[in-house]
Amino acid sequence: MKQEQTQHRPKRYGMVIDLDKCTGCGSCMVACMAENNVSFKKDESDKLLSITWMRVYKITNGKPFPDTDICYIPRPCQHCAGQHEGHSPCVSVCPATATDYSRETGIVSQIYTRCFGCRYCMAACPYHARYFNWWDPVWPDGMEKYLNPDVSPRMRGVVEKCSFCFQRYQAAKNKAYLEGRRELEEDEYQTACTQACPAGAIVFGDLNNPDHLVHKMVDPDLKHGGRPRNPEVFRLLERLGTNPKVYYKSGRQWVRKAGDNYLPGEKPGADMHKSHS
Amino acid sequence: MDSALIPEGVKRCPTWKFLLALAIAGAVLLWGVVAMLMVWFKGLNQTNMNDYYGFALWIWADLAFIALGGGAFFTGLLRYIFGIKELKNIINYAVLIGFICYSSALLILAIDIGQPLRGWFIFWHANVHSMLTEVAFCLSCYFAVLCIEYLPLVLENRQLDKVPFFHNLSHNMHETMAVFAATGAFLSFFHQGSLGGVAGVLFGRPFAFRTGINIWPWTFFLFTWSAAAYGPCFTLFITWLTEKITGKKLVKDNVVELLAKIAGWMIITYVVAKIIDTVYWATVTAPSLGFKWTFFYSDNPLYGKWILLTEIVLCGIVPGLLLIFGPTRRNPAARVIALLLGVLGVSLNRWVMVLQVMAVPVMSFDKWVLYYPSWQEVATTLLPVAYGVILILISYRYLPIFPQEPELNPIAPYTPANGAEATAGGQAGDESETEAVGQAAPAGA
Ligand code: SF4
Ligand code: SF4
Repeated sequence: MKQEQTQHRPKRYGMVIDLDKCTGCGSCMVACMAENNVSFKKDESDKLLSITWMRVYKITNGKPFPDTDICYIPRPCQHCAGQHEGHSPCVSVCPATATDYSRETGIVSQIYTRCFGCRYCMAACPYHARYFNWWDPVWPDGMEKYLNPDVSPRMRGVVEKCSFCFQRYQAAKNKAYLEGRRELEEDEYQTACTQACPAGAIVFGDLNNPDHLVHKMVDPDLKHGGRPRNPEVFRLLERLGTNPKVYYKSGRQWVRKAGDNYLPGEKPGADMHKSHS
Repeated sequence: MDSALIPEGVKRCPTWKFLLALAIAGAVLLWGVVAMLMVWFKGLNQTNMNDYYGFALWIWADLAFIALGGGAFFTGLLRYIFGIKELKNIINYAVLIGFICYSSALLILAIDIGQPLRGWFIFWHANVHSMLTEVAFCLSCYFAVLCIEYLPLVLENRQLDKVPFFHNLSHNMHETMAVFAATGAFLSFFHQGSLGGVAGVLFGRPFAFRTGINIWPWTFFLFTWSAAAYGPCFTLFITWLTEKITGKKLVKDNVVELLAKIAGWMIITYVVAKIIDTVYWATVTAPSLGFKWTFFYSDNPLYGKWILLTEIVLCGIVPGLLLIFGPTRRNPAARVIALLLGVLGVSLNRWVMVLQVMAVPVMSFDKWVLYYPSWQEVATTLLPVAYGVILILISYRYLPIFPQEPELNPIAPYTPANGAEATAGGQAGDESETEAVGQAAPAGA
């Protein structure tokens, strides 16, 4: 038993999205909605009221033809660790401890039955990854039968967001436990969006585990909040110190620059070391 | 009709006028109640808030009401702790206004949350690291203090005061008021501050984020300071408004001028701190996060640099100086303009710290999003205003709120000559009030 516990290292589940592979097809968004019983309305034209745990943004380099270039940025919850593990922008402000940071997995959870809908967390999240249930969920006739039984639907008046398909983690842990294992294999726990992406642009795994692809791609500097060492990899709004666990990869400089804000004349990465000291 | 309830030595408007005023305010109140019920039963989809505007009109109203209600704790502090005796002539009204502001803020919070029945989770599952938790605890405690401060005043109603128990209770409570005033000031420091902290700790929102001391961002101190500075402005402004409406002088000039002068100094010192904070944020904090400060004031139809200038200069330096300089402070018109500017200034500050924070894009590929409230939001925000008016109407009519009123508005003893004048109005209420006062006067003397 003792030995098992010492082998039991905390995980930091994270994601790398290769923006040079993403075609903007939206499969990840669809898979996410289906997996997580995300509710929708008849009219979804107002995107400020749509619940999209995973949302694909389209950006351009603003240049005229023939230099025009576009890029799609899928944006799930970034599962921010904050400046010190667990001090995520949203978790730190929730007055009712209805959203929590797991030191075991690094996943930022949302406790729907405890959230009382003050929306402070939404004000805190710079990625707009949090969504409020302005309405009660109403499913088209018969669709209840197709809901995922492992995910509770949310009631009106609470906030929800991407959970890194936590139910899949639980299922995988249960299975492993029954088989007498403590550790999960890399492919045993994968998010719905990762599996749905036809371009294979999304990679998911444990950033702490050197054998996992996410670790190899990012080469995270764990002493500095997991900052990527791979120069092609970046995080959104790195300078704010949110320390996300969702990474983006692109060979295009303008795309990497769009990931953060810079003063006129400033170069990406110029002050990275400063903001985390 | 209700003359037996009216305080001794003062005259009140005829009952019909009073009832008409109640009815008008009541209509607005009813409109607000309808909207409130719609929000409670149908949900927050009745508002124009959205996933970019999780905080909107209501949170602004909350912050603004609490800042404006700050007159209660600050005047209490000056009166009971610093022992400025003159202020006893305005403290009752400051407490009443504070009571209205704080109960309104609590009501709005109850409407604003998505699951009102779970509101108590904020206490039960409290996250002690959250500024909102601090707000909830201190706000509730301070509201209890305000109730305690308001209660003796209610007990001073002529009829209630006849009951020996109430009379003694109210008397004893007055004796211990310093304790409550101190508690109130202490609690206010924290909840006013933590309301500032609500915005200041948002390190994901560079427009709001502030560095600070330990866990407290600079906005923590700025909010407390501004509530102490501008709260009394609101108290004085409402006092002025009440005087205009009743057509009577209710508080002596020396009292008003004293509080106005203190408010003036508070405003000026606050504005200096605010300027330092703004400069530091604009030149150090924001650039370190990759933002030029002008970014927050450009490329959108509403939030321009004008808003910063209005807040700091027009609604900060100007009223501060007007209230500090004797000649302008003593000039009623200039003073009232200063008070009004102050009230607008602190409201604007709270607006900026809530609504502009939400409007500013943070990700480089995001956009400015503006918002306007739905009628339900407006109605529920006016609800507390109507409720406040009603409470003031009732309190002013039946409670001795202004200790100087009888002295400033002496009622001539009943003579056939002025009796004829009183009946000329043809209002039974008017007449009987005069009569009642006439009878009561010797007893009071
Ligand atoms: S992306 Fe937003 S919701 Fe997700 S952990 Fe970060 S701050 Fe919280
Ligand atoms: S909306 Fe819910 S999860 Fe978000 S801060 Fe409020 S109580 Fe916490």
